[in-house]
Amino acid sequence: MSKYPLVLFQNRQPNRIATLDEYRQSSGYQALEDFIGKRPPGEVTARIGEAGLRGRGGAGFPAAKKWLAVPADGAFPRYLAVNADEMEPGTFKDRMLIHADPHLIIEGMILAGYAFAASKAFIFVRPSYESSAVILETELEHARHAGYLGRNILGSEFSFDISVHRSGGRYICGEGTALLNALMGKRPNPTKPPPYPTLKGLWDRPTVVNNIETLANIPHILRNGAEWFKRLALSREGMGTKLYCVSGRVNNPGCFELPIGIRLSEIIDEFAGGLPAGSEFKACLPGGASTRYLTREHYDVEMDFDTLAAVGNRLGTAAIMVFDRKTCLVATTLNLLQFFARESCGWCTPCREGLPYIRDLLWRIEYGEGREEFIPMIREMCKFSWNSYCALAPGATSPVESLLTYFEDEVREHISQRKCPYNAH
Amino acid sequence: MLPDELKKLLSERIASAEDPREQAVDAMFELQSYYGYMSDEAMTEASGLLGMTPLELEELATFYDHIYREPVGRYVIHVCDSAICWMHDHLSVVDHIRSQLNVEVGGTTADGLFTLLPVCCIGYCDRAPAMTINRRVFGRLTPEKIDRILTRLKDQAQFAETE
Ligand SMILES: Cc1cc2nc3c(=O)[nH]c(=O)nc-3n(C[C@H](O)[C@H](O)[C@H](O)COP(=O)(O)O)c2cc1C
Ligand code: SF4
Ligand code: FES
Repeated sequence: MSKYPLVLFQNRQPNRIATLDEYRQSSGYQALEDFIGKRPPGEVTARIGEAGLRGRGGAGFPAAKKWLAVPADGAFPRYLAVNADEMEPGTFKDRMLIHADPHLIIEGMILAGYAFAASKAFIFVRPSYESSAVILETELEHARHAGYLGRNILGSEFSFDISVHRSGGRYICGEGTALLNALMGKRPNPTKPPPYPTLKGLWDRPTVVNNIETLANIPHILRNGAEWFKRLALSREGMGTKLYCVSGRVNNPGCFELPIGIRLSEIIDEFAGGLPAGSEFKACLPGGASTRYLTREHYDVEMDFDTLAAVGNRLGTAAIMVFDRKTCLVATTLNLLQFFARESCGWCTPCREGLPYIRDLLWRIEYGEGREEFIPMIREMCKFSWNSYCALAPGATSPVESLLTYFEDEVREHISQRKCPYNAH
Repeated sequence: MLPDELKKLLSERIASAEDPREQAVDAMFELQSYYGYMSDEAMTEASGLLGMTPLELEELATFYDHIYREPVGRYVIHVCDSAICWMHDHLSVVDHIRSQLNVEVGGTTADGLFTLLPVCCIGYCDRAPAMTINRRVFGRLTPEKIDRILTRLKDQAQFAETE
């Protein structure tokens, strides 16, 4: 058992969801009863703002600040788009959350909707999470029967409903603006603000996009307060807990709820069971495929937004992908680039043309056809990704740039030996 | 021709949606499971029901991983080839399926039962290597486990035929 308090996973059980009754027994829907129709919506936003809740979808944007960007005199109806696309390689926390405590997410959505006077939410779910979509649909129905959802919630003036939107499956749909296009049945290319979705989003109405884990924090913060939320974290500036996914070369891959600010080494060694006997840590991606390699030098880094930024990295989705000394990082990066090049929506040139170009150079290096001049070429191409239309391409080049920063020797070895020192191809 | 019942169901769902186009992917999933894939006829039916031009619908149909514009088998196997499954030797999964079913990646078995395709991370990295078949996930794959899954699906298909 964890020595740290469980918040989002407090009702988690092996192999089944927490039922509505179980959720209620853990003070579930208490915040809803206390706030909806009883306290002004602005108070929800204020409490979440005080607690400093930052978005868990990858960018870390403060939740309350996003809701406040919906103008008080903005148009109606307003929408909440809930991001459960979760296609960042290494990331599976939103699935774990849905399969643990769906009503926590539902309550969080209703309260968020109340905060900026939305009347409808869509939960955007990817195809391989069909089982999650079914759970959500069933539990939404239970919530409706209990009077938590639908017209005049708990006898108040506030009406709000939620439906599940199934995606056809593409990574770019997780990007906030692409997600809105996908929801509207348009080709899911991103759009560049302004106007921001909080002004003109779904069908040109104010729309907030939030990640599922972000929303799940809301009922707890409203029940327990901002101070409590801050105390959950181990880092000085941090707040709350985080769902960390650990995968790759570890004994016990999985999703662990642990404090913000916990040391990376503790997550890997204690909770994920360390690396298998005979394997030694080489590097990890600390926050999903679009973060940078983190080396042994920073093995004890505190897992928080600012502490990772201080070492030139990002918390991202806090999905830790662990690589050992026997794993070739050129081949790993090639695989990641293959993913990003395939998932590029094709809208802008630095991404559509640039990513396959970098992939091909990496392929040549890995397969013994590399040349010295490829290294500066790759660096140059990576810089171009910052001219792209959305954050997919800069995310894609993060592992590549950091490969050249920390493992240039390994890349050069491939070139000088004219083969991969790790894999026989 | 689309059966009236299915047409009615889809029309109702589309009519009660926030906006007809919001239902585009759902409608394509339904039509796809009726026609086997998004055939030209399915596309025409869908664009009629959704009030979208064929081009607008084509923009979606060609974009998504799980919408098939070409004939596919009854069971579409998507093997994850992203980083974590790759580390857990996803190629051995692909090779095993290829040899057991005598099918190439991108191809469909002669009996029309299985199509084999790659897919990017399906969000089950804790159970790598993993795959989906008709949107159902199977993880921690071993040759024995794959054989059991394939046998079960073949039996299921045979049962459906003889019913
Ligand atoms: C290429 C790309 C993919 C993304 N995928 C996801 C995703 O699957 N889930 C998610 O919550 N956010 C994803 N994001 C981040 C969203 O754009 C957005 O910041 C987030 O959903 C906002 O929610 P939050 O403020 O609650 O974190 C992605 C961003 C990019 C650039
Ligand atoms: S960066 Fe890539 S994914 Fe983003 S808009 Fe450009 S082509 Fe599309
Ligand atoms: S890498 Fe295969 S499921 Fe994530």
